[in-house]
Amino acid sequence: MSSSRITAGLTARFRIPRSLHPGAWWLWALGMATAASRTTNPLLLLLIVAVCGYVVVQRRGDAPWALAFRMYLLLGAFIVFMRVVFRIVFGGGQGETVLFTLPEVPLPEWTAGIRLFGPVAAEQLLSGLYDGLRLATMLVCVGAANALANPKRMLKALPGALYEIGTSVVVALSVAPQLVESVQRIRRARRLRGGTQRGMRALRGILIPVLEDALTRSLALAAAMASHGYGRTGRTAPAARLLTGFLVLTGLLGVCAGLYGVMDSSVPAYLGAPALLAGLAVATAGLLLGGRRVRRSRYRPDRWRTAELLTVAAGVTAGALMYVTTKVDPADLYPSLSPMTWPTLGLLPALTVLVGLLPAWLTPPPALTPPQRAGPEHDEPARTHPAAEENARRETSKETVS
Amino acid sequence: MITFDEVTFTYSGADEAVLRDMDLRIGEGELCLVTGRTGVGKSTLLGAVNGLVPRFTGGHLHGRVEVAGQDTRDFPPQEFAHLVGVVGQDPLAGFVTDTVEEELAYGMEQLSLRPEVMRKRVEETLDLLGIAELRHRALRTLSGGQQQRVAIGSVLTTHPKVLVLDEPTSALDPTAAEEVLAAVVRLVHDLGTTVVVAEHRVERVLQYADRLVHLTGDGGVRDGDPAELMLDSDVAPPVVHLGRLAGWRPLPLSVRDARRQAAGLRERLSPQLPDVPSTASTQRGPESGAGLTARRVVVSYGSLIAVRDVDLELRRGEVVALMGRNGSGKSSLLWALQGSGPRRSGTVDVAGSDPGELSARAARALVGLVPQTASDLLYLETVEAECAQGDTEAGATPGACRQLLDGLAPGVPGDRHPRDLSEGQKLALVLAVQLVAAPEVVLLDEPTRGLDYHAKRRFTESVRALAGEGRSVVVATHDVEFTAGAADRVVVMAEGEVVADGPTADVVVSSPAFAPQVSKILHPQTWLTVDQVAAALAPQEASA
Repeated sequence: MSSSRITAGLTARFRIPRSLHPGAWWLWALGMATAASRTTNPLLLLLIVAVCGYVVVQRRGDAPWALAFRMYLLLGAFIVFMRVVFRIVFGGGQGETVLFTLPEVPLPEWTAGIRLFGPVAAEQLLSGLYDGLRLATMLVCVGAANALANPKRMLKALPGALYEIGTSVVVALSVAPQLVESVQRIRRARRLRGGTQRGMRALRGILIPVLEDALTRSLALAAAMASHGYGRTGRTAPAARLLTGFLVLTGLLGVCAGLYGVMDSSVPAYLGAPALLAGLAVATAGLLLGGRRVRRSRYRPDRWRTAELLTVAAGVTAGALMYVTTKVDPADLYPSLSPMTWPTLGLLPALTVLVGLLPAWLTPPPALTPPQRAGPEHDEPARTHPAAEENARRETSKETVS
Repeated sequence: MITFDEVTFTYSGADEAVLRDMDLRIGEGELCLVTGRTGVGKSTLLGAVNGLVPRFTGGHLHGRVEVAGQDTRDFPPQEFAHLVGVVGQDPLAGFVTDTVEEELAYGMEQLSLRPEVMRKRVEETLDLLGIAELRHRALRTLSGGQQQRVAIGSVLTTHPKVLVLDEPTSALDPTAAEEVLAAVVRLVHDLGTTVVVAEHRVERVLQYADRLVHLTGDGGVRDGDPAELMLDSDVAPPVVHLGRLAGWRPLPLSVRDARRQAAGLRERLSPQLPDVPSTASTQRGPESGAGLTARRVVVSYGSLIAVRDVDLELRRGEVVALMGRNGSGKSSLLWALQGSGPRRSGTVDVAGSDPGELSARAARALVGLVPQTASDLLYLETVEAECAQGDTEAGATPGACRQLLDGLAPGVPGDRHPRDLSEGQKLALVLAVQLVAAPEVVLLDEPTRGLDYHAKRRFTESVRALAGEGRSVVVATHDVEFTAGAADRVVVMAEGEVVADGPTADVVVSSPAFAPQVSKILHPQTWLTVDQVAAALAPQEASA
């Protein structure tokens, strides 16, 4: 058997469609966001957005959340726009290249330092643009993770100690559409009674049945969860639970401080990597301690396999290399504003960003739902709505077909 | 398997115990049917099996409840998860996850079973209940019968020894109910699961029951062989009433048993024809005009067509039963006729005007609708307040609503919170609120859900009385026995279209799904209800 055939077989197995572990996409996206936070060069930032966009288009599934990426792009554009507008309104007037002058609004003495309108300089517009673009790019990175990873599976992948929180979030997520549905149902019912009331009284007529409905449902859900065995191991000592909580929270705070330190190069060095590592260690200890007492298993858990590791490696490499580049050659990363120069795309930073593109080929394609299941009717609220009957009817007719 | 030992249970604040000194032993592999009128404590009894009562309901439980030797006093409901599987009245309210496969696995995850075991059991359960093709579907998009089967599946995956089902078929159409019950019977036969089931529609479950537990309503309980207890039970399906009337022994519990004994009765009845309900429009002469005329009504939601080109004419003084499987467009049609629901095209004409083009107030004076969840219409603290509000809304004289309510259900306490009323009283209250506006056409969507036989009989009388006053009444229902007793005419819908429309006897007798028990037993004769048979036999008995 030739080695090429073995490779071919491996590749074929590797390329079986499946969805990646959500954690892998998140780590990749965080790596890209770190890279973005290290530069204001618009060319580099746009390159990062392009890389994220390409990977999303190649590897997202067909679920509703996968379509949210467009929303993040729009939000990013909005951020950039707002930044520039703010620079015009609260001018500040730095920069010599005045493009045009707006009539200044006189402000009282005590607002010293703040100026409304006045001369608008090219430097100040550019700095707003760069700043906004950086923020927008980081947001787009997060959006990419959201589009690529199933948020519910991400919650399921949480460590055992956080299981309860994960469950609460899942339940809360399902409550929102239910509430909307009961409001609709009861508003329709109110119409049946004539619906002559306005204002507070009408609100009361809707609110009370909705709240009653929600309460009854949550009691029913709690009872159902208990009879399914939820919380079977709730007999740990309170002290152990307290310790776990303390460790996890302190650790997470440490991680936050550390991340801040890493992202912002102006803070003292000890707040950077050391704080991040210490925080991670404490949080991990807490989670392990908490996870030990949890006896619960997972149905079809997401596993870390080669593709996941490669994805994370790509993201982390991009972030880390950019971090290193800041130390070596920061000129390309922060284009000068005074004097104004054209931003240039250095070879090293560009290559660094392009590393993030690798998951578009190194991961298996996403598993798409078969066409007969995907469809707009599944997003509609069902139950006691006349539409529900219709849905059910369609389901039955489908069954007879299949 | 399940032992109740001297159990007395009192809800907090209640004067009387719901269950009193109850002793009950249910053996392994039994299918045990719990019957009783509304509010006698069937759900309480079911909840006590795994300790949800009193841990989730409050109240005081005296005595001992054990499942497989494990006492509910010593362990919370969680620790019964591997022994007892509980499926509540509304399966959708009990779903924790959002897809079929995850819901099936949820219980096993809590019991910390190994992943390979879980994979295997999920597949087995999908096949056992015939829901394999639904595995990736979102739970909310399933039909009622499918949801019920998924809910049963989600507790079966942990291989419980006991399965507790509260009203598993009351919201389902006859065919879906058959599917669910077939799955349950299969469990009892193949896996030896003990099943405890409470059901108002006793006629659906009785034939499968090995044992009957009858709650008498005063806290007491009678249990034993179904055929023996049914001899004088106050909750009995038509087949049992017919058996009592004809004096068959042993008392038949299923249509099949009854048919084998029915040859004699058919012979006695053969010279006669069933007495058609007297208020039928044909006998009312000139004043019986059209109450509502609908032409080419189409209702659509986006690209879905819920009601397709339906023509419907309702005559005055006529009760029409609207039947069809879950999701055939019945509710959509009712809402469109009333004018509050969407209507894409077509016309509705009530006394010269179209309710869809009028204000909500004017529309309800023409057509009154009682929706599926009738309690959505109620939002005040007392029955009196609701009645007063009803009078104001309709611009009627004060006290009119209360008077109507007393006509429908006498003796509803005025200071009671509407939530604490029985299902029958609640329905009467909502109906009264809608009737104050004096609509000529009354539409009722699934009103008999949750009503016991007595409440249903009273409700049948109310519906007939409404028709007797010259109103047109439409009742959308899955309840074939109610249809047989109350309706002059049956309209069957499927896929949004009317597939059958005619006098009750003509439509239901020939249909395997919609035929009432009496009709199945006495086929090919066209008797529909026990009352008809009794009326026919009475002169014979008198002369003999």
